Amino acid sequence: MRVWKFSNNIDTDAIIPGRYLIHNDPCVLARHAFEGTRNEFAGQVREGDVIVAGRNFGCGSSREHAPLALTGAGIRIIIARSFARIFYRNAVNVGILPLVCEQADEIPDGSEITVDIEGSSVETGGKWYPVEPVPGFMQDIISAGGLVAYARDLEEIETCTGSQR
Amino acid sequence: MGATVVEKIFSSRCGRTVRAGEVVMAPVDGAMIHDITGPLAIRNFFQMGGTRVFDPRKVIMLFDHQVPADSITAAENQAFMRTFAGDQGIHNYDIREGICHQVVMEKGLAAPGEIIVGADSHTCMYGAAGAFATGIGSTDMGFVLKFGALYFRVPESIRAEVTGRFARRVGPKDLILSIAHDIGADGATYQAIEFVGETMEGMGMEGRMTCCNMAIEMGAKAGIVPPDRITYAYLEGRRAVRPVDLSPDPDARYADRRTYDVTDLGPRVAVPHNVDLAVPVEDVAGIRIDQVFIGSCTNGRFEDLAEAAEVLADNRFSDGVRVIIIPASRDEYLKALRSGLIERFVSAGALVEAPCCGPCMGGAFGLLGPGEVSLSTSNRNFRGRQGSTEAKVYLCSPATAAASAMYGEITDPREV
Ligand code: SF4
Repeated sequence: MRVWKFSNNIDTDAIIPGRYLIHNDPCVLARHAFEGTRNEFAGQVREGDVIVAGRNFGCGSSREHAPLALTGAGIRIIIARSFARIFYRNAVNVGILPLVCEQADEIPDGSEITVDIEGSSVETGGKWYPVEPVPGFMQDIISAGGLVAYARDLEEIETCTGSQR
Repeated sequence: MGATVVEKIFSSRCGRTVRAGEVVMAPVDGAMIHDITGPLAIRNFFQMGGTRVFDPRKVIMLFDHQVPADSITAAENQAFMRTFAGDQGIHNYDIREGICHQVVMEKGLAAPGEIIVGADSHTCMYGAAGAFATGIGSTDMGFVLKFGALYFRVPESIRAEVTGRFARRVGPKDLILSIAHDIGADGATYQAIEFVGETMEGMGMEGRMTCCNMAIEMGAKAGIVPPDRITYAYLEGRRAVRPVDLSPDPDARYADRRTYDVTDLGPRVAVPHNVDLAVPVEDVAGIRIDQVFIGSCTNGRFEDLAEAAEVLADNRFSDGVRVIIIPASRDEYLKALRSGLIERFVSAGALVEAPCCGPCMGGAFGLLGPGEVSLSTSNRNFRGRQGSTEAKVYLCSPATAAASAMYGEITDPREV
């Protein structure tokens, strides 16, 4: 798994520019991922590669096209010092595992990385870094394989005011 | 222990005391989808086994990002949504009304104490109406369309207390740019920003909308102004609501308390490529610009256009600048039309477009080429947001935009 390293405040316009939002297919979106920001990404990214970033990854627009473009590119895991709120949730919903790692800055671009999800840690260059586990209610969604799969099996849900169909 | 505005809203909607940090499955009072995020949300709804939406009257649908359709794919997306609206009995405002957030506000679709979600990050603007409103992605929206509820982690709040009177040609946009600079692009992540204090109390709804709109630029889940006289006066004639007291308790617990005095605040400009990079206009005055955009859900209301027109007076815009002015909605367009502003802008050399997102969305029209510089009253100056990743976007108030458009360079509106 190769690391694609990004800096702080990578916004969703950078991940997928606005002019491609008319597309909804992850594979089509993936062709334009990071276009203009990191042009070699779309052509060189491989299934299972990992994005590592600084603070506030995925800030800005709520466009789910951003995590979708990354799933289309084969990204299943993103490690960052912190995530923007909507992106974090969208990522989980489409089946990407967002991992918060305080020392993400130390992980170099292009390095090989191993992710131990159960052990909440990642390894690169012989060094292990701890990552924060995903919060409880999000884990249910991830283990179901995303929100769509999770919701498909639900007939009704229990809200704080009672059950809703 | 007392409660913040947001805790009061969740407590009242859940029928028990709810505190920041709790995760609740709360019912939503409104769900907004538009032409960009709607198609995905609807597909997700179907994939989740959805057949009928939870309540068609609570689904708000309209098209504003790429209107009228600027490509065959955009047209197909819109046709798909039209069919869905027809099948489900959802009222579709289609391309008629304007920018989603402005339309929700002016149709009275957000009211104090409500929980509203929108498949768009600037949904937080409805905090100006005293609603807890937040942007969500399309999969979450698919879930909402099916169940009418969503998981929320009730956010802690940052209390932003604003005092003082604005100086001439300084206003809410300058305030929120300076607050964003202070809090930082991710300084309010997972939190809500509660805007209080005498300046907020005296501020009209349009200014409150500008402030709440940009809460997301600090990573916030919501921005909110406690509903008051001004909120209810705005809602009158738009929607019948029973006033609720949502004032934050004096002993409410906040993640942070910040105070801002606008007395000495001057015009602010956010420099490329982050919203929190606001500097005094003096620092960037003289920078040549190729395009000026006055519009968007942040600053495309009648009051914003009037502010620009006041600075423009009887002058012309510089021939060296492309000036694009887009009222945020049909209502705002009509107000500007009837008061003669549109004619003034057009005579001064501007291109006035029909209500829509325009260059703000960076996909439809008004895109920038490599090396070009734009000054915009919108809310984001990310690299590539308005076209080429080698273009630069500066953000400012309508007054600064108008002054700069007259001279072809960033100009202090107080000196015009
Ligand atoms: S005007 Fe800009 S920020 Fe507002 S909804 Fe449209 S694209 Fe989004």
